[in-house]
Amino acid sequence: MRRLPANFLLGAVLVSLVVGVAALSLIWTPHDPQTMSISTKFAPPSAEHWLGTDQLGRDVVAQLMAAARNSMTVALVAVLLGGSIGVALGLLASALGGWVEDGVMRLADLGFAFPALLFAIMLAAVFGPSLTNAVLAISFINIPIFARVTRASANQIWTRDYVAAARAAGRGRFAISRDHILPNIAAAIIVQATIEFAVAILAEAALSYLGLGAQPPASSWGRMLSEAQTLMYLAPQLAIYPGLCIVVAVLGFGLLGDGLRDITDPRLARAR
Amino acid sequence: MAYFLFRRTLGFVLTLLAVSVVVFAVMNVLPGDPALTILGMDASEDALAALREQLGLNAPLVTRYVSWVWNALQGDFGISHSFRVPVSELISERLPMTISLAVAGMLVTLVLALSLGITAAAQHGRAGDWGVMFLSQLGIAVPAFWLSILLVMLFAVKLRWLPPGGFAGWDDPVAALRSLILPTVALALVQSAVLARVTRSSALEVMRQDFVRTARASGLSHRRILWRHVLPNALVPIVTIVGMQFAALVTGTIVIENVFYLPGLGRLIFQSIANRDLPTVQALVMLFAAIVVTANFVVDLLYVVIDPRLKARA
Amino acid sequence: MIELSNLSVHFGHAAALRDANLVIERGDRLGVVGESGSGKTLLALCLMGMAPDSARLTGQLSIDGQDMARAAERDWQRLRSRWVAMVFQEPMAALNPLRRVGDTVIEPMLLHDGLTRRAARDRALSLFEEVGIPDPDRRLRQFPHEMSGGQRQRVLIALALACNPMLLIADEPTTALDANVALRITDLLQRLAREREMALVFISHDLAAVARATEDIVVMYAGDMVERGRTAAVLGAPVHPYTKGLLGARPDVGVAGRNADGKRRRLPTIPGSVPPLQGLPEGCRFAGRCPVELPQCATQRPAFTQTEVARGAACHLLTEARHD
Repeated sequence: MRRLPANFLLGAVLVSLVVGVAALSLIWTPHDPQTMSISTKFAPPSAEHWLGTDQLGRDVVAQLMAAARNSMTVALVAVLLGGSIGVALGLLASALGGWVEDGVMRLADLGFAFPALLFAIMLAAVFGPSLTNAVLAISFINIPIFARVTRASANQIWTRDYVAAARAAGRGRFAISRDHILPNIAAAIIVQATIEFAVAILAEAALSYLGLGAQPPASSWGRMLSEAQTLMYLAPQLAIYPGLCIVVAVLGFGLLGDGLRDITDPRLARAR
Repeated sequence: MAYFLFRRTLGFVLTLLAVSVVVFAVMNVLPGDPALTILGMDASEDALAALREQLGLNAPLVTRYVSWVWNALQGDFGISHSFRVPVSELISERLPMTISLAVAGMLVTLVLALSLGITAAAQHGRAGDWGVMFLSQLGIAVPAFWLSILLVMLFAVKLRWLPPGGFAGWDDPVAALRSLILPTVALALVQSAVLARVTRSSALEVMRQDFVRTARASGLSHRRILWRHVLPNALVPIVTIVGMQFAALVTGTIVIENVFYLPGLGRLIFQSIANRDLPTVQALVMLFAAIVVTANFVVDLLYVVIDPRLKARA
Repeated sequence: MIELSNLSVHFGHAAALRDANLVIERGDRLGVVGESGSGKTLLALCLMGMAPDSARLTGQLSIDGQDMARAAERDWQRLRSRWVAMVFQEPMAALNPLRRVGDTVIEPMLLHDGLTRRAARDRALSLFEEVGIPDPDRRLRQFPHEMSGGQRQRVLIALALACNPMLLIADEPTTALDANVALRITDLLQRLAREREMALVFISHDLAAVARATEDIVVMYAGDMVERGRTAAVLGAPVHPYTKGLLGARPDVGVAGRNADGKRRRLPTIPGSVPPLQGLPEGCRFAGRCPVELPQCATQRPAFTQTEVARGAACHLLTEARHD
């Protein structure tokens, strides 16, 4: 067994930390994240409030934990939704080829013209800002990314001998896609999904910061930062913690993704 | 060569058209009745009818789309619902801010990323390399808006060297430049983290090639080899990323303008969303998407300028 | 003048080059032969100051009276092009693909000789003519991908000659080329060395090419110089079993002039291959592959023994013969 790469190990540790805290917040937080208490606003760190309280006397740790849960949920839904549509489109393009493949790839190119923020802006203008719109926008930008990766990896598998054998045995293109192509490109897709998870966390934070994502009273690292920005003369510490959480989460998934790629594709790892 | 240019230009125009269809559809079809979206549920039927008339909503969709594109091509994006002035006027007032921010951000990004990336490659495996790689890994994970807040807290609140935000206009150029320093740095630091990585790995790949040994055997200095021989050859992947980063940079200006309260297009978009000013949002989204598509088109053309081998093939 | 005395190169504890002794003067044409792994390319890189960073050099390497064995990169930069220049094995990748070949060739002239662009271009033009590139005016403006392998190798030779070096090193300059082109490049190098009174170190697998191009020869095995002498003498009557092996025990092969038909002769294979650096035998490094085996071969390193003026080999057989 080869030694696991350092980026994978560090990534795994950070990801377990963030995911663990998010999962823990489902059953336990030190306080209710939404309970306000004006009498204890801007409390310094103490045994009662580990990182103190915010401008409304809400416990910072509890809010950070709830925000971690929201962030993970948004990223998970966005990557699963956009990823599965993208993978399906990529498999379809690769299996059918010809004008279908061209069409799907042109659509993917088109998708790249819209960064998540632009898409979220359009949806917010039409439907009003909401977390659902943010999730939809992030999912949308994942579609072309996964479609491209899937098609590129699938096209390689289609040239393999065992696929040719399956075709000779009279198996249909969709059955082959499901039984032979998909299992063989799963590693590439998982690597991409891990990296896009990090991107989605960043995107959710940015959208929530701009008011296009999580709406009050939902906790979000991005929204906590936008509130903290108006208070930076009074309580600069409030602008530190949520940012650190974002960095840890994004760094964790990014490193994990890089590490997974190094493990699953040693050729690439050596090329670096 | 001419054929290549023709194909690329055609593709570019078609993509722009497709983008306009998407923007138009999302903004006009999804909401059902844009007039209702703009005025809200409790608007009177008369007011709705009047707004529909003003926005030309009574015409069929296709006609509305064609006239939108046709007018837009002539610089007419309609009248802003909330500002009561032509959208084109709003855009031209705020465009200089966004352009300055994007161009300054790109320039600082290029300078930072190319020098850091090349230095890291030259120091491959040594402390400088590790340092650059660590910083860039971290930089990729830091949200631009958080970095902005930290920069403001340090340089504006604590040290009081620079203004925390806002913009007093171009009349006082020194004050204007001072207001742009922190936004530019915030924008560029995050972008250059990605680009420095790509520069490094691309340069490392080039440094393994035989012609670098030839250059060394001709008695050229390390510095000259790195900047004159390695960097140009490493540019193709770098330019690809720069093209893609332009999308991130444009989005970045939207965010950064809102962090620093700068009167640019990004700020305008958010004001328009708050005001339910659909014509303005539609024009701005189209404009930003067009910038992204154009950046990718320019990158395609740049490849040919950079690499004479592609010219032969194209 | 370039002089190596007891130059050794170590990687960690393993010696990849041992006690190389060599004197190269203007007009010398020296062939260096041996299998891959014999240390001949490392020798060339040492002469250019381009041994890998992990290499540790001991002994002396003097160029123009200065000892360069432990010199800094900056000092070497001054010598390259003007004192020593090198043509590498693979002409396809050895030119910057984004530069016009003319710009590549004039770069060292501008840098080292301080020529104006105009003067440098004129010199490049005459160099292109000298190395046999037809239509040099147009060729100077071409990119590498527009040229054939043979032409690129000529461009690289022109580049190496840009600052009139005292020594030109050609490391397997013809391996990547087809037979006819290879022959012409070999002859070109030989002619250039004679006409310019420049020293030539010609490194090759190809004994026929070495026979055509050089007057003296060094045979290398696993980092040792095992036999040396006049090219015709060594190839005509090899002493060392390794040289004999290289020649496939056919005394007629490789004597100058015999291969004028331009046929490339592949080296007849000696069973086995050069052992890896970490697994070198104690005594004679050829022990184990050598057809002759004396008791001391496995334990004692054979000293280099002079048999005639400028002729000798490092083999226990020679000393045995003396004792008899």
